[in-house]
Amino acid sequence: MIINHPLLGPRDSAEFTYLGDARLIDRPDWQSDTATAEFHDYGYLRDNPAGNHRELWFHEGGDRSWLVVTRNTVTHEIKSVELARDVARAQGRSK
Amino acid sequence: MTQKNRLKGGQIDTSQTLNFSFDGKQFTGHPGDTLASALVANGVRLMGRSFKYHRPRGLLTSGSEEPNALVELRAGNRQEPNTRATTIELFDGLLAKSQNRLGSLKFDLLSINDRFSNFLAAGFYYKTFMWPAAFWEKIYEPIIRNAAGLGSLSLEDDPDVYDKGFLHCDLLIIGAGPSGVAAALTAGRAGARVILADEDFRMGGRLNSETIAVGDAHGSDWAAQTVAELATLPNVRMMARTTVIGAFDHGTYGAVERVSDHLHTPDAGKPRQILWRLYTKRTLLCAGAIERPIAFENNDRPGIMMAGAVRSFANRWAATPHERVAIFTNNDDGHRTAADLHAKGVKIAAVVDTREGAPRSNSYEVLAGAQVTDTKGRLGLTFAEVKLADGSTRRLDCGALAMSGGWNPNVHMTCHQRGRPTWNDDIAAFVPSAELPAGMSVAGAATGVFSTHAALTTGAKEAAAILRDLGIKSRAPKMPQAEDAPTNITPFWYVEGASRAWLDQQNDVTVKDVKLSHQEGFRSVEHLKRYTTLGMATDQGKTSNMGGLAVMAEIAGKTIPEVGTTIFRPPYTPVPIGTFAGRARGMDFHPTRKTPSHTFAEERGAVFVEVGNWLRAQWFPIEGETTWRESVDREVLATRNSVGVCDVTTLGKVDVQGADAADFLNKIYCNGFAKLAVGKVRYGLMLREDGIAMDDGTAARLAEDHFVVTTTTANAVGVYRHMEFVRQCLFPDMDVQLISTTEGWAQYAVAGPNSRKVLEKIVDQDISNEAFPFMACANITVCGGLRARLFRISFSGELAYEIAVPTRYGDALIREIMTAGADFDIVPYGTEALGVMRIEKGHAAGNELNGTTSALNLGMGRMVSKKKDSIGSTLSERPGMNEADALAQVGIKPTNPNDPVPAGAHLMAADGPIDAAHDQGYATSACYSPILGHSIAIGFLKDGANRKGEVMRLVSPLTGIETQVEIVSAHFIDPDGERLRA
Amino acid sequence: MHNLKPLTALGGAVADVQTVGTLTICEVPDLALASVAARLGREKQTLKTLKTLVGATLPGPGKASLKGDIPAMWIGPDQWMLSADYADHETLFETVAGATGADASVTEQSDGWVCFDISGSQMPAMCELLCPVDIHGMAVGDATRSTIHQMGCFICRTGDTELRVIGPRSSAGSLHHALIAAAHSVA
Repeated sequence: MIINHPLLGPRDSAEFTYLGDARLIDRPDWQSDTATAEFHDYGYLRDNPAGNHRELWFHEGGDRSWLVVTRNTVTHEIKSVELARDVARAQGRSK
Repeated sequence: MTQKNRLKGGQIDTSQTLNFSFDGKQFTGHPGDTLASALVANGVRLMGRSFKYHRPRGLLTSGSEEPNALVELRAGNRQEPNTRATTIELFDGLLAKSQNRLGSLKFDLLSINDRFSNFLAAGFYYKTFMWPAAFWEKIYEPIIRNAAGLGSLSLEDDPDVYDKGFLHCDLLIIGAGPSGVAAALTAGRAGARVILADEDFRMGGRLNSETIAVGDAHGSDWAAQTVAELATLPNVRMMARTTVIGAFDHGTYGAVERVSDHLHTPDAGKPRQILWRLYTKRTLLCAGAIERPIAFENNDRPGIMMAGAVRSFANRWAATPHERVAIFTNNDDGHRTAADLHAKGVKIAAVVDTREGAPRSNSYEVLAGAQVTDTKGRLGLTFAEVKLADGSTRRLDCGALAMSGGWNPNVHMTCHQRGRPTWNDDIAAFVPSAELPAGMSVAGAATGVFSTHAALTTGAKEAAAILRDLGIKSRAPKMPQAEDAPTNITPFWYVEGASRAWLDQQNDVTVKDVKLSHQEGFRSVEHLKRYTTLGMATDQGKTSNMGGLAVMAEIAGKTIPEVGTTIFRPPYTPVPIGTFAGRARGMDFHPTRKTPSHTFAEERGAVFVEVGNWLRAQWFPIEGETTWRESVDREVLATRNSVGVCDVTTLGKVDVQGADAADFLNKIYCNGFAKLAVGKVRYGLMLREDGIAMDDGTAARLAEDHFVVTTTTANAVGVYRHMEFVRQCLFPDMDVQLISTTEGWAQYAVAGPNSRKVLEKIVDQDISNEAFPFMACANITVCGGLRARLFRISFSGELAYEIAVPTRYGDALIREIMTAGADFDIVPYGTEALGVMRIEKGHAAGNELNGTTSALNLGMGRMVSKKKDSIGSTLSERPGMNEADALAQVGIKPTNPNDPVPAGAHLMAADGPIDAAHDQGYATSACYSPILGHSIAIGFLKDGANRKGEVMRLVSPLTGIETQVEIVSAHFIDPDGERLRA
Repeated sequence: MHNLKPLTALGGAVADVQTVGTLTICEVPDLALASVAARLGREKQTLKTLKTLVGATLPGPGKASLKGDIPAMWIGPDQWMLSADYADHETLFETVAGATGADASVTEQSDGWVCFDISGSQMPAMCELLCPVDIHGMAVGDATRSTIHQMGCFICRTGDTELRVIGPRSSAGSLHHALIAAAHSVA
């Protein structure tokens, strides 16, 4: 597999470590009234799509960037690769 | 022995003679020969025994698709089983043996299986070895493994090395036949980065096997000239002896280059083979086609071969399988073999052509509309029986029979990414579908165009199209003229009425077996394969699958495409396991990490243990000590009574800096760090988001915006990854920067009541208890000015420090510490003593942070701050985590001091049943405590905090241990921490 | 001054140098290393300060600047590894931290790594057997982190036939063994 790193170009997936669903970026607010339920869903519930899947990969053997890779689980085609930090900011995460 | 079947010409160097041995008999051949061609030239037809029936077998093909002629190559520790004689390049001194026989090749005792073939038909394994089940391991399996199976392993270590490598290119061309060479010429001249790979040692493909002209030149000469031109282009990498074995995701291919297989032994330091990973922008598959046999009664006798292979042997290797050859064909290609052999002076018994309208010849007899119905000859063909068009029969005396059932485009690699081939009626064969691996195109015979002209032009055209896609300007070179004969074939798969007619010679699958499979309900193509073993083993059905499908289609009343094919999977041809292992064998299986005191420890005879990739000193035996316990007890006592030193460099160290560094630590640790003073260290517990403990360590605050975090040795990599996740994905606007410094500092624990006195001799600053109290940290200097770091932390429970210097000085520092500690009888201690002391102190480690325990279980429930958000804090309060009787860490000691308390054993009430329902907890870590004089353990017990003093049973039914124990505090030593603070 | 004797990463008193065919593999122990990461919002200031210190604009992704006394290599977003001669710049990290102040996070890295300089016409062939980088596609001054036999290493093409490999110090022996074996394969 080849992951087209946004900064470093195409790299062998062997340089990366896989984590899972990119929804792990959306960590709930600990002060929410329903925090426990939200953290439960966040921690345990995952979609398992046959098709496009946004997932987190860590460039462990490279520049240590976390990436959001949109991969088709059926064909393995990779539609896009983004820096997770940019994605997190775009989704409103901050401090 | 003379090469009695050697003809004139060919692409062999007859000026040199090579000696080789087959089954102990000496033969000669020439450079350019394969083992197969040399054996053919020497008149050898019998080369092996079949898998199941042990029938005598000879060559079927001249290439890597060969099912029969598998040999054990070389001897001793280089012995290699199941090697195809057709792909072994002849070298002087080559040693080969036939395999799968009991006794000699000519008198194989297991050929009795052939007599019992009725009992060994398809599915016999499944039917025969059903019961009793207990017979499997002891009786059936050894018998089957002995009788079946192919060659044997040497069972010695392979003395050779195998490399792995990585190559990048714009265009990978698989196969250097006419289409591949034409494509390479087009792309190479355009300046693209090209790799041209071919499994053969001589590039040119079928051009080397035919007498076809390309332009004004002989085909093989044209190929040689073009290959020579390509070799001069710096942007083209020519990889002969290289098999592309698989098409993987995103244009990645695997290839095996046989660097030294054509040599007697590899040159010193050189690999035998290289497993290449090829990163390609585009790929052009020019894998050609594979000729298919026709099934007729007893079509497996030595001497019955593919017509194209006979032409290869005659034209390329100047060898004929016999002086009198018959041909059996359903298409025009068989006639080429007759013409070429005839031109070389070989007697043609007749061409048997199934077609009424077969082409005529003036040079030899053609029997149109005829079929071969049976053959004779026990160890080699003697004659064929032919049923003529008028129904009469005729006996054809011949020592070889060349058959051609047409050609199958070699679609294997087009199907490695879920693609299935599509059926083409015109050539009665499967061709690549549109669903190809991403980036792949196909040219030449692999697409089903079989003329030389079509191969050359499609190769050049496809290459030009690829170059356009890649934005590389090219001018398609004008391809020379070549034959452009149409494919003229009438499908013909098997002779009516044939029963013991072999479809798959490697697995002994006959037409009858396919019929049986259908009759018994195994009709899907995948079932057919598993039930009959059609298409399995080393050749994966390259010559046999189509015949099997055709027979199944006919019986089932379906068309061949309706029956479909099985899935093609990598590797294309077998790859030795050693090639996949590469250099990663023995001690090179993974990198070895050495601590800064490694040499020091080696000098003292330390026993090492692998911890992750690290080698750590486990204990340091001294003269007179005969057991590890003696050494460990001595190290513990010496440390507790005076002072010891231990290399703790392996703990992970992460430099955390930035304006938000303290806030960041508040997120990753469940306890608070914001208020930690500069110059202080604090213990920290990291939770996973689900509330379970992940890792623990310390964080030392060197400045307002600078911490050094330590992790456990085993979790260093994972914790760093987690910290980067929290930083980049969860809190992207925190001003915090991370970098690992694990290897940059040599760090030693100096522990024991005299540790301060030792360090005072080394450290340049005041480290009195007042100046440098428990949990202090500082940048210091040692030995008169070397920068260092000092932490007053303790894993052992003693007065202790950890001192760190730049790693290059690590060796010097431990020697300084040993010198400074000589007055106090300082000892170096290893990981065992370290473990004993932490168990005595009740400190949690990996056995306690085992992926199932929470902060509460570990006795640190109150550490989880409720005033802040940290990873795992919310779910640490979820149901089930905080029940009143939750497991809590306890100490366990035997009521009888001589009894063992094994780790892993479970705690049960003093009376009552011993079963899972009555399980109360378990021991996690255990050791003998030399200070206490008996074994101790720590572990987890339900409501453990309130059960001190209770007598229970610690049981290990597996090992038969049942010990009466008392539940005590986990802090066996210095529960109030007075020693630490001394 | 202290009189402690340093060891090289391979454990010797002096650098290990080996020649295999036309290839030379040289341990480079006299190297001071410091990592520098710009703090949030201080990226431009850090670049400016370091441009003065290093004498060149800090390189972008996949690149190194090789000129001057303090070569720099990009190692991650807003993060670089600076190097210098150890004898003259033993405390390079202090020099850099002094220059950047609170604009950047600077960490001493001199002893975390082992550095090998490889030279010889067969260098690219040797590199092909070591790691998945496209050595033929790398220009002089290209640098990247990759994996050699499971060891994360920085690979920098320092010349047409020269390569610098910086790998984890504790695995120096394994890395050296891998380099020598690859050199024998291609020499």
